[in-house]
Amino acid sequence: MADLYREQILDHSRNPHNFGEIEDPDFTYEDSNPLCGDRVRIDVKVEDGVIADIKFSGRGCAISQASASMLTDMMKGRKVDEIRELTAEDMLDELGIQISPARVKCALLGLKVLKSGAYGLTDWPHER
Amino acid sequence: MSSPSQTPTGQIDVDRLKLDFPILSRPTHGKRMTYLDSAASSQKPAAVIDALANFYRTTNANIHRGVYELSELSTAAYDEARDKVANLINAASPRECIFVRNTTEGLNLVASSWGRANLNEGDEVVLTVLEHHSNIVPWQLITRERGANLRFIDIDDEGRLKIDQLDDYLKSGNVKLVGVTQVSNALGTINPIADIAAKAHAAGALMLVDGAQSVPHMPVDVQALGADFLAFSGHKMLGPMGSGVLYGRRELLDAMPPYMAGGDMIRTVELYESSWADLPQKFEAGTASVADAVGLGVAVDYLSEIGMAQTRQHEKEIVRYALASLREVPDVTLYGPEGDDRAGVVSFGVGDVHPHDIASILDGEGIAVRAGHHCAQPLMTRLGLTATARASFYLYNDETDVDRLVDGIMTVRRVFGLGA
Repeated sequence: MADLYREQILDHSRNPHNFGEIEDPDFTYEDSNPLCGDRVRIDVKVEDGVIADIKFSGRGCAISQASASMLTDMMKGRKVDEIRELTAEDMLDELGIQISPARVKCALLGLKVLKSGAYGLTDWPHER
Repeated sequence: MSSPSQTPTGQIDVDRLKLDFPILSRPTHGKRMTYLDSAASSQKPAAVIDALANFYRTTNANIHRGVYELSELSTAAYDEARDKVANLINAASPRECIFVRNTTEGLNLVASSWGRANLNEGDEVVLTVLEHHSNIVPWQLITRERGANLRFIDIDDEGRLKIDQLDDYLKSGNVKLVGVTQVSNALGTINPIADIAAKAHAAGALMLVDGAQSVPHMPVDVQALGADFLAFSGHKMLGPMGSGVLYGRRELLDAMPPYMAGGDMIRTVELYESSWADLPQKFEAGTASVADAVGLGVAVDYLSEIGMAQTRQHEKEIVRYALASLREVPDVTLYGPEGDDRAGVVSFGVGDVHPHDIASILDGEGIAVRAGHHCAQPLMTRLGLTATARASFYLYNDETDVDRLVDGIMTVRRVFGLGA
C-alpha cells in the first residue's frame, strides 16, 4: 500500500502544480466526490483551440489533489479537443500506481471536472 | 454462570473469544487483520453463521400460513427470535418488537407512520446534531410534508449535548417527539436518554431512540429509559445483515397506520377496504427475513451468555487504553468526550492528512478503520471538519489491536513526512 503513496504522488499533493484560479477563464467547473468530500475546481484559458493556461483549486485527499495537479501538467499546451479523448486509463497510467476500487473516484475527480467543463460530461469517466 | 470466553474474574477472554469469529483469522493484504470498524458492521460468530445454514437445511418454509410441520417449525423459530430480542431490551411484550431490515427502516417506519398520523402544521420534532442521517432525513421529509418544524440540540466542544436547549424547545408546547441517538456513531458520546425522555414526557412529547450503536454494546432497558420507540440493527450486534428491530410501545403501535401493506399484515381484505392484523404482523408486510431473524436470536444468545454489562465494561477499558495510547502519538487529534460517557468509538485525525489517506495506509497494514463523514454530515459541519478517521471496538478487540493501530498511525506519519 505504500506504493499508493510513492514520492511523486506525495510531492504533487504537498506542492501542487498550477494551483490557483484564473481571473477570466474560458471555462470553469467544480465538483466533489460525495463519498469523502474531495473537491476540485479547474479553470481553463483557451487560445486558438489550445489550452493556454489551466489551474486547479480544491481540497481533499492526497490522491485527488495529486491527480488534479498531474492532470494540469499533462494538458497545458494541448488542444482542447484532446480532453474528449482522454480516458480514465490515461489518467491512472499517468498516476502509475495501483488504485483500489474504493479510491478510483479520488484519482479521477480532476478528469471528471475537466471533461465537465470542456464538454459537459458529468458521468464518472470510468463508469458506463 | 461464566461463559467459556470469560476469565475466572469475569473478564472477557478475547484470545479465546476471537476463535469464535472465523473471519478474524483471515489475513488482509497478506497481513494479520485488525478489524476496527464494528460501528459500521460487526463480524459474526460461527454460531450465527451456522444458524443461517441450519435454518435453510432443516427448517425453511414460509411462516404463518402453512399447516404442515416445516411451516410450524419456521414460525416457531421466528417467534422465538422475537422473544429473545424483546427480552434483551426488556420490552413489556414481544408484540412490541417489529422485525425490520435495519435501524434506518425502523426510523423511517416511525417517521412515516406515526409522523403522518400525528404531526400537523406548527408541530415540532426535536433532534440533535449528533444524529446519523437516518434519524434526520426521514424527519426532514415528513415535517415538510406535514408543515411541521425541526429543531436541533447542539453539542459542546467535546461532543456532549447542550440539554438546556431541549428545555427551551420544550417550552413552546409544540414538541411532539424528541429523537436522540443513544450513542453517537461518529464521536462515541453516550447521551443521557433517561433524563431526556423524562423531560420530553413532562412536556407531552414522545421519546424516540436510535439504538444502533447502544444495543450491541451495553445493557439497554426500554422501560427504564422511558423510550417510546427504539430502533436497532442486527448486523452491528453479531447478527446477519438485513436483520433489525423497531421497538414501540404497544398503545402507540396499535394506534399507528400500517407502513407497508400487503400479505401477512391484514385481517381481512375486500376490494375497496381492508382491516389490519394485530401486532407485530401489522408492520411486517410480505415474507419476512426469517433466517436472518433466527440468526439475530442466536447473536442475542451469544451476547447474553457473555453479558451486556461485561461487554460494556470490556469496551470501556479498551477505549480508555486507546485514548491514552493515541494521546501519546504526535500529530494525532482526538474528537469526542473524555470520560465514562464514551462508547467504544474513537474518531481521530493525523496532522493535515486526509482521513481517506489515513485509512488507505492503515488498510495496507492490515487495519480496517472507517474514514469519511460517518453519515453525520451536519455533525462534521458543526465540528468544522469534512471527515475523520474512526476506529471502533467490540468484544473481540483487545489492547493488541490498539497497539497495532498506533503502529499504523506511525506509518501514516512516516509516509507523509510528519515530524521529520
